[in-house]
Amino acid sequence: MSVSKTRDMSGNVVGSRRLLNRLVKFLGKNPQRRAKYLFCYVMLTPVMLLFGYIRVYPIVRTFILSFYKYDMMSKIHPFIGLLNYQALLHDSDFIQAIQNTTIYAFATVILSIILSLPLAIVLAGKIRFSPLYQTIFFLPFITPMVAMAVAWKWIYDPTYGILNYFLSIFHISAVGWLVYPATALWAIIAMSVWKVIGYNMVLFLVGIKNIPATYYEAATLDGANGLNLFRHITFPLLRPMTLFVLVTSMINAYNVFTQIYVMTLGSQSAPGSAVRVLVFEIYNNAFSFFKMGYASAEAVVLTMIVLVLTILQFRYFRTGEE
Amino acid sequence: MNLVNTNRTTDSRQRERLQRNVKSIVTHLILILASVIMLIPFVWMISTSFKPASEILTWPPKLIPINPTWANYFKVFTTTLIVRYFFNSLIIAVVSTLFVLATSLVAGYIFAKFRFPGRNLLFLLIVATAIVPFEAYMVPFYLQMIALKWINTYQGIIAPYVIMSFGIFLMRQHISSAIPDEFIDAARIDGASEWSIFRLIIVPMSTSAMGALGTFAFIQAWGAFIWPLLIASSDKIFNMELGLAAFQFKFSVDYGPLMAGSVLNIIPIIIAFIFLRRQIIENIALSGLKG
Repeated sequence: MSVSKTRDMSGNVVGSRRLLNRLVKFLGKNPQRRAKYLFCYVMLTPVMLLFGYIRVYPIVRTFILSFYKYDMMSKIHPFIGLLNYQALLHDSDFIQAIQNTTIYAFATVILSIILSLPLAIVLAGKIRFSPLYQTIFFLPFITPMVAMAVAWKWIYDPTYGILNYFLSIFHISAVGWLVYPATALWAIIAMSVWKVIGYNMVLFLVGIKNIPATYYEAATLDGANGLNLFRHITFPLLRPMTLFVLVTSMINAYNVFTQIYVMTLGSQSAPGSAVRVLVFEIYNNAFSFFKMGYASAEAVVLTMIVLVLTILQFRYFRTGEE
Repeated sequence: MNLVNTNRTTDSRQRERLQRNVKSIVTHLILILASVIMLIPFVWMISTSFKPASEILTWPPKLIPINPTWANYFKVFTTTLIVRYFFNSLIIAVVSTLFVLATSLVAGYIFAKFRFPGRNLLFLLIVATAIVPFEAYMVPFYLQMIALKWINTYQGIIAPYVIMSFGIFLMRQHISSAIPDEFIDAARIDGASEWSIFRLIIVPMSTSAMGALGTFAFIQAWGAFIWPLLIASSDKIFNMELGLAAFQFKFSVDYGPLMAGSVLNIIPIIIAFIFLRRQIIENIALSGLKG
């Protein structure tokens, strides 16, 4: 680790000296210009140093750590090349975590978009009490996650939860929603969709309101009906916003942790019932087993998945636009 | 011929109006049903928090408590440090928001209005790292905090939330589109110093974007969970989120106090939301739009 640290620092020194030379040449003799660029560098430097320390350095170090056997408790951290990655391929917990996280992310993102887009379309029109509805749908998004996860855990309670009570009216027998990993995953998906619907709805509302009314007027004159308007005007013109919603919710969904931690790791659940997701695996390996190198390899995989998905979404949604 | 035609149109117009009314009623029914579903967790949480233990474990469950009680709230206040958690959350969120605003405004202004070698490369770096989730690099960040001896301190909890790539991006977009270059150049010709240009032009002209970013940063820092979970070991520096997760292990299946704790946890945010509803929704929308 110390090797990479010194290399990093010397690289900085060379870089900053070159920058300084260029700066002197660049600033020249004009005092006003000098003041302008003095301000620029004096103000930007602390921000960029902070940025480097908080973002760039740990991100780079995650990649480096993933090639080491790094135990926080031990003094020696040997370089082991790709062994961490090789071990990941045979780690059934990790593979299950990838599967669960992917199911969770796609289900949450798709369901929340399917539900929030029609809501936004309806609420964007001239409908009475629209602000009231918007407030109600937005409320779950703004409330803190832990409290709502606890509330949902109580709703899903196998013996006294209201969900099972509601189902008992239709003579459906009680289900231990959070007890079995398979139902727990979908129970948490439902809760997360509930939490995020309002946010997506607000973003879609903005997108819809930015579409000029003349488009709709012209299309209506040409005899287009509701569904046609949606297919040929609303949906294509909402593309940039849909892209934004997709990308941000996909990144967020792949990092799911809080609700899983609260809803499946409580005292009530059986030890094997935890829904394994990627961040939970990273957390567990790094801070319960102190396998920080191994956890970093998992983090690199998470980053790669998010990166590839983001690129794919941009590719797909950018075509035909601009 | 003519007469028949007009007759038909009034007839169809009436039918249209009826159709519209039916459609509007159906729409409202669906919206009301959806609203009820959205509100059930809140209602159920509040209702449970006022029930004595005997009523919580009855079947069938009752929506309204028969003998409402403050006992659960009393238990939360007497057995946990909830007031302290609240102030911890507040400190963390306020400090983080101020830092995010300051760093984003400075960097956003410079990236928008100054040309210097390496500008595009630096900005690309900021945009590129915005995609990498914090959870992916929290392990080395934890090691950095160990080196600084910041484990279990306020600084340590706040550290990852002092800068936001998205914030820099948002402010750059805002400043480059909303503040014309001529404005700044005119001030320069009048002899204004760079600092006073920043303070007297850039800051006041960016308040709307700062409001949006501030709201976003505050919500994010208030809801921080995984990082405080890692770094805070003493409950004296727990935030509300961590405190509530800890109640869960303390009270386990004792849902009365647990729901009371949850209600207390969401109350500050709900109150803020009621007063600032329009601004918050608009700000969230604005930060999304600009992104």
